[in-house]
Amino acid sequence: MACGKDGEQDPRIGGIAASIRVVPDFPKKGIMFQDITTLLLDPKAFKNTVDLFVERYIGKDVSVVAGIEARGFIFGPPIALAIGAKFVPLRKPRKLPGEVISEKYVLEYGTDCLEMHVGAVQPGDHALVVDDLIATGGTLCAAMNLLERAGAEVVECACVIELPELKGREKLNGKPLYVLVESR
Amino acid sequence: MASEGGEDPRLPRIASTIRVIPDFPKPGIMFQDITTLLLDHEAFRHTIDMFVERYRDKRITVVAGIEARGFIFGPPIALAIGCKFVPMRKPKKLPGEVISEEYSLEYGTDIMEMHVGAVQPGDRALVIDDLIATGGTLAAAIRLLERVGAEVVECACVIELPELQGYQRLGGKPLFVLVKAA
Repeated sequence: MACGKDGEQDPRIGGIAASIRVVPDFPKKGIMFQDITTLLLDPKAFKNTVDLFVERYIGKDVSVVAGIEARGFIFGPPIALAIGAKFVPLRKPRKLPGEVISEKYVLEYGTDCLEMHVGAVQPGDHALVVDDLIATGGTLCAAMNLLERAGAEVVECACVIELPELKGREKLNGKPLYVLVESR
Repeated sequence: MASEGGEDPRLPRIASTIRVIPDFPKPGIMFQDITTLLLDHEAFRHTIDMFVERYRDKRITVVAGIEARGFIFGPPIALAIGCKFVPMRKPKKLPGEVISEEYSLEYGTDIMEMHVGAVQPGDRALVIDDLIATGGTLAAAIRLLERVGAEVVECACVIELPELQGYQRLGGKPLFVLVKAA
């Protein structure tokens, strides 16, 4: 059962954590999958989730919210809209039309690739990276690399859920990570 | 690029932020790219506002967004209206029990999935995607929602490709779009 982050737990965290469903053995045996679709079925929990991120980043000069395909597309845009930032989708290969830059990253077996549009992000942009969950940190790391290659400064990575045992936090090259719920 | 209705002063800005990419994903296709709309905060805000204004008094209980660009527009609408958001996904992405619906592509077929239990009989649904082309994907989403007893109130897209006449494939369900791409 997920628990809240940050000691002094915001009273909204309990409801958010409770709305996350764990699905055993998905996508393969032994993995306890943290399913946020049930959070999205609870309008109060979903609103509270977005509000917690917005309260943290509003007025902090974040000019870009980068969301990782596909569940980062669910949480990123509402945050971007509320704080007045651009939203930039970071996508699997060959989904973005037009010119892209690509970053390869390592999976448990094999590699994958994340792409970002050329021109979406400029030097001087301050970026927030958003995904539903951080596991090993490989995807977030690739996202940060893309943004930094385009000259942006990554301010923070933000996820709803962290799997702390996988130590993804340590993979972020010293960039801070903010999560609402830890799942052990 | 023509705008639906034409009177709302927000539409020209929305339409002007959409970028057309020729020959993507293959030669001959003029791809309507909404990522440039997302880079213009005011245009993105206006887009969401126009949908919210239309649906906030229609007793919508669920917004179903089609992977992946429907995930960008659907959730802000759902949050503003205060209703559920349900992702409609490609195969094997949703954990847990799903129902599946096959639909035709230009060459071959694809499958769309929805979680069992996400939507109940009596739910009033809005289906969202960034664009309607042939209407095949939206039609599959409508079928999934109706199979679990929901009523699809309307389909809403940012862009329509009217020449492809996708609105005719929606089983009589109404379609609302902001921008028609010639």
